[in-house]
Amino acid sequence: MSRKTLIPIGPYHPLQEEPELFKLYCDGEIVRDIKWETGYNHRGIEKLSESKSYDQVFFLVERICGICSTSHPFAFANAVEEIVGVEITDRTKYIRSVIGELERIHSHLLWLGLACHFLGYNTVFMWAWKYREPILDLFEMITGNRNSYAMFKVGGVRRDIEKSKIPAIRREMGIIRKKLDLLTGAVMDDPVIHARTKGVGILTRQDIIDYAAVGPTARASGVDIDVRRDDPYAAYPLVNWKVITAGAGDVFAKTEVRLLEMYESASIIEQCLDALEKLEEGNIALKINEIPAGIGTGRAEAPRGEVFHFVVSDGSNSPARHKIRAPSYTNIATFKKSCIGQTISDATISLAAVDPCYCCTERMAAAYDSSSGEKILNANELIEISMKRTKELRKSEAGHE
Amino acid sequence: MGFKDYCFRKSLWVFHFGGASCNNCDIEILDCLTPRHDLERFGILLVGSIRHADVLLVNGSINRRDRDRLLELYRQAPKPILVVAIGACGCTGGIFAEGNTFAGPVDKIIPVDAYIPGCPPKPEAIISGIVKLAGKK
Repeated sequence: MSRKTLIPIGPYHPLQEEPELFKLYCDGEIVRDIKWETGYNHRGIEKLSESKSYDQVFFLVERICGICSTSHPFAFANAVEEIVGVEITDRTKYIRSVIGELERIHSHLLWLGLACHFLGYNTVFMWAWKYREPILDLFEMITGNRNSYAMFKVGGVRRDIEKSKIPAIRREMGIIRKKLDLLTGAVMDDPVIHARTKGVGILTRQDIIDYAAVGPTARASGVDIDVRRDDPYAAYPLVNWKVITAGAGDVFAKTEVRLLEMYESASIIEQCLDALEKLEEGNIALKINEIPAGIGTGRAEAPRGEVFHFVVSDGSNSPARHKIRAPSYTNIATFKKSCIGQTISDATISLAAVDPCYCCTERMAAAYDSSSGEKILNANELIEISMKRTKELRKSEAGHE
Repeated sequence: MGFKDYCFRKSLWVFHFGGASCNNCDIEILDCLTPRHDLERFGILLVGSIRHADVLLVNGSINRRDRDRLLELYRQAPKPILVVAIGACGCTGGIFAEGNTFAGPVDKIIPVDAYIPGCPPKPEAIISGIVKLAGKK
């Protein structure tokens, strides 16, 4: 048996903007096994959510992930509105979709830049990030902040998109199309990018189904899923657009899907703006006085795939249980299929290709002995302890009564 | 002005430590390097190792797992080093200060020279903070 060399990437690697640790077990140049460790980013959001009121939770879930900071409030709003059982107004639907799609454009441009940076093609990195800036300016104009927009609330949105702002957004959509043409040309026709990404990190259709991968990762392998179409919400059933798929499943196909999705997003935004011009200003939020007891599920298509929020309400002011599943949670597991057997240099771009977002994914705690470094409690044991503790508390409460 | 202070006047090399953050500050820091803001015109460069750095940028709330690693990084850093806490989470813990894994804001763990508040701070604010720091020391 050959000896394997361990090559760590991270947790604070200059290539990554988030802390995470990959362990590549290599035989020469070839990656034979991969393990990853997270937890550097764990903030206990689900637990925090139970101590905040419904209005405050929006600000919290927005800060799960800064890049897709509308998809989480989107899914949470869908979940809570299911509990309340209201249908939001048309104007609200269009505003929500405009924000969601602007975010998709900025997130995909960000990914494209980072992916090319991973390939060593820094020109496209700089271009993509330069073209991303006007989108952030639009966000600043509409919502007041470049990221973390604080736009959503239960039953509506916090700010209107007034008629005076529409021409600026429309103009920017025209400009971004031309820039996308340029970027698409630079990426699709470049022989170096072809050589580095075609046939690299292939995920077959079966792999996607086995690992339950979602979003552009799945669509690039020919799995035609998109929550915006399959479980319609907001204004997506009201406008014309199509789901982009590709068949090859390699890094190039994932790039292609994301590039073409940006054109679709621009088209969705323009259609929403047309509708917003016809509708009357104001009337952007329903007045909701209380959240009844019940269970709600909310889904939204983030730039990386499906975001799922599950909310249990007991009729009080804050959620009794709030469960979040971010798209990277399933997408990251596909590394086992895409990276093994590649060279180290190809493995890094395969890792980046699913657009992993670790701050979305963090969700476990384990206790370690500080002197020996041995794990003394894992997640299941921690759950057992907490269940035991709850039973004891219930017993003592019963005793008091 | 001593030799070390003289060294801090120009061409600060920066190491970025992202704690338990939501990525916003990380992205805005990267944004400072891209064409619109272009920090490199001040000679500010993001470096890969703390041993080459003059400035340690820390963002995000620090959780229990990050805490020891931050201390270790600070120990490895060439002294004197300027530490900048970026964003609401870096300065105070922000919205995550009540979390069960929170291990204290940055200034409880290592000494901090400058705070740049905001959620996330705009690239202009980050640049202004670092330039001010470079002039002052």
